[in-house]
Amino acid sequence: MVGLTHASPTVEAARPVGRRDRRFSPWREAWRRFRRHRLAAISVVVLALLALSILLGPLFWHVAINDIDFTARLSPPSWDHPFGTDDLGQDLLARMIYGGRISLAVGFAAMAVAMFAGTIIGAIAGISRGSIDATLMWVTDLFLSLPQLPLLLLVIYLFRDILKNIVGPEGGVFILIVLVIGGFRWMPVARLVRAQFLSLREKEFVEAARALGASNWRLVVRHILPNALGPVIVAGTIDVAAAIIAESTLSFLGLGFPPDIPTWGRLLFDAKDYLDIAPHWALFTGGAIFITVIAINFIGDGLRDALDPRKVM
Amino acid sequence: MGNYLLRRLTFALPSLLGISLILFALLALAPGDPFGELATNPNIPPEVREALRIKFGIDDPILIRYFHWLVAMLHGDWGFSFASRVDVDRLILQRVPTTLYVVGTAQLLALAVALPVGTFAAMRPYSIFDQVANTFAFIGFSLPTFFTGLLLILIFSVNLGWLPFVYRVDIAANGWQWYWEFFKQAIMPITVLGLFQAASYTRYVRSAVLDVIRLDYVTTARSKGLAERKVIVKHVVRNALIPVVTLVALQMPSVFGGAIVTEQIFRIPGIGSLLISAILANDTPVIMAVTFVFACLVVLFNLLADIIYGWLDPRISYR
Repeated sequence: MVGLTHASPTVEAARPVGRRDRRFSPWREAWRRFRRHRLAAISVVVLALLALSILLGPLFWHVAINDIDFTARLSPPSWDHPFGTDDLGQDLLARMIYGGRISLAVGFAAMAVAMFAGTIIGAIAGISRGSIDATLMWVTDLFLSLPQLPLLLLVIYLFRDILKNIVGPEGGVFILIVLVIGGFRWMPVARLVRAQFLSLREKEFVEAARALGASNWRLVVRHILPNALGPVIVAGTIDVAAAIIAESTLSFLGLGFPPDIPTWGRLLFDAKDYLDIAPHWALFTGGAIFITVIAINFIGDGLRDALDPRKVM
Repeated sequence: MGNYLLRRLTFALPSLLGISLILFALLALAPGDPFGELATNPNIPPEVREALRIKFGIDDPILIRYFHWLVAMLHGDWGFSFASRVDVDRLILQRVPTTLYVVGTAQLLALAVALPVGTFAAMRPYSIFDQVANTFAFIGFSLPTFFTGLLLILIFSVNLGWLPFVYRVDIAANGWQWYWEFFKQAIMPITVLGLFQAASYTRYVRSAVLDVIRLDYVTTARSKGLAERKVIVKHVVRNALIPVVTLVALQMPSVFGGAIVTEQIFRIPGIGSLLISAILANDTPVIMAVTFVFACLVVLFNLLADIIYGWLDPRISYR
C-alpha cells in the first residue's frame, strides 16, 4: 500500500534516472525547483551583488566615512561622490557601504538567534507531551501578542548603557539589538517546528528508529529535525528581511546604533530633514533597504516553492 | 455567545498579567536607580532620600513591588510624567484617540484594498491580474513604512505641495474647511500604514480564498444556479475570512509598530510619538505606561478578532 502512493507522483515518476548528472538528491531537486521561480533566481543574483559590493567596496572606494568637506555640502550625485554627500559633506557611498555591513550583519545574526531559540523551544514542545508543551505554547502565544516595537524600544532604553560599559558602544548596541530582535521573532519558528514535530514523531520511520532503540536525543537530531527543516528555512529567510527592517526602524527613530555609526536607518533619519534640498540622500538609502528586503523576500518565496514537497512543479 | 465571550476574556486576562509581569521584570532588572538623580543633588539630604526609598518601597522584595505596582495601575494611578509635569493617565488619554483613529482608518483602508484584490486574484490564479497583484504585494511589504512615508512627503508635500506633512490637532479653521483640512492631513499617514498592511493582507486573502474556492460545497452552490457573485460573496469569502481574521489578529503588534513610525514621521500627536519623546527625555513612568497601553490595545484587538471569529464561524460558539 505504502509503495503504491507517492507523495508527489509526477515528479518522481516522470524523471528518468539514466545519466549520471540526472542524479537526484533532495537538495538538487530543491535547487531545480528554486531556479524555476524566476524572480527568486534574479533576487539571489541581486543580493549576492549587493553583499559583494558591501564586503569588497572599501577595497575600491577609499573615501573615509567621516571625511568632512563643507565645500561639497549636500551635493547631488557626481563623479567625486557617486551617491552625493550629506549635510557635513561626508561621502554617502562610503557611509552606505559601512551601513550595509551593519544591516546585513544584524539581519543574519538576529535570524540565527530567532531560529536557534525557536527551534529549541519548538522541539521541546513538540517532543514532550502534556504540561511542558502547554506551558511553552502559552509562552509562545504570549510573546506573539506582545507589542514588539514598543518593547524593543523599552529594552534598548533600559539596557543600552550597561552593555555599552561592558563591550563598548558599537559592539554593545550590536549584541543588544541582535538579541532583542531575535528574541521577539522566534515564535513563528517555534510554532512551525512544533507542528512539524507533532506530525513527524508519529511517522513510521521514527517508530522504526525508536524500535531499534534510538534515544530521544538521537530521534530528534538525526531523524525528526532534518525533516522539519524546510519550513524553518523559509521562515528564517523572511526573518532576515524582518530583522533588517526592525534595525532600520530603530535607527530611524534615533534609538538604534550611536549617531556616529551610519546604519541605513540612521542615514534615513538624518536625511529626512533635508528632503527638499537633498532628496538623493533619502532615495539612495531607502532604495538600498528596499532592494535588500525585497530580494530576501523573493528568495524566501522561491525557497517556499522549492522546499515544499507537496507542490508539484 | 455570552459564554464564549466570557471564556475568551478569561484567556485574555492571564496574558495581560503575563505582559505586565514581563514589563515589570524588565524595569526591575534594568540598571539605574529612579532616585539616582537625587543622590547627586546637594540640596537633598540623605535622610530624605532614604525616606523616599522607604515610601516608594524600592528595597522591598520584587514580587511585593510588582503587586504594589499592579494595584496602583488598576486604580488608575499611573504615575507622574517627569517631563510634561502632568499625570501619566491624563497624558495618555489625550493621545489615545488620535492613534486609534489613524490605526483604525488604516486598517479599514487595508481591508478595503486587500479583500477585493485578494479575492479577484484567487478567482483567476496565475492570471495577469494575479501576478501583478502579487508583485505589488511583495513591493508593498518590502517597502518599510518609514521609507514610504518619506517618499510620499517628497512627492506630495515637497514637490507638488498638495498635502501638509505635519499633522495638527489645532486646525485654524471651522466648518467644512476644518473637515477638509483634517481629511487632507490624514491622507498620507493613513495611506502609508494602510497600504503596508494591505500588501500582506492581500496575500492572506488570496491563499485563504484559493483554499476554499475548490471545495465541493462551492461547486454545489454553483450547480444550484446561484449567480457567481453570490457564490463568491456569500459562500466563499465568508468562509475564507475565518483564517484571515486570525492572521490579521496576529499582525496587530506590527500594526502598532508601524503606527509608531508613521506618527513619528508625520508628527501625529498619538501615543507612539509620545513613547519616542518619552524615551528621548528619559521619562520612565510614561514609557512604562505607553508600552502597557500598547499591550492592552493588542490584547483588545485580539479579543475583537475572537468575537468576529465567533460570528463568522458559528460552530466555534457552541464548543
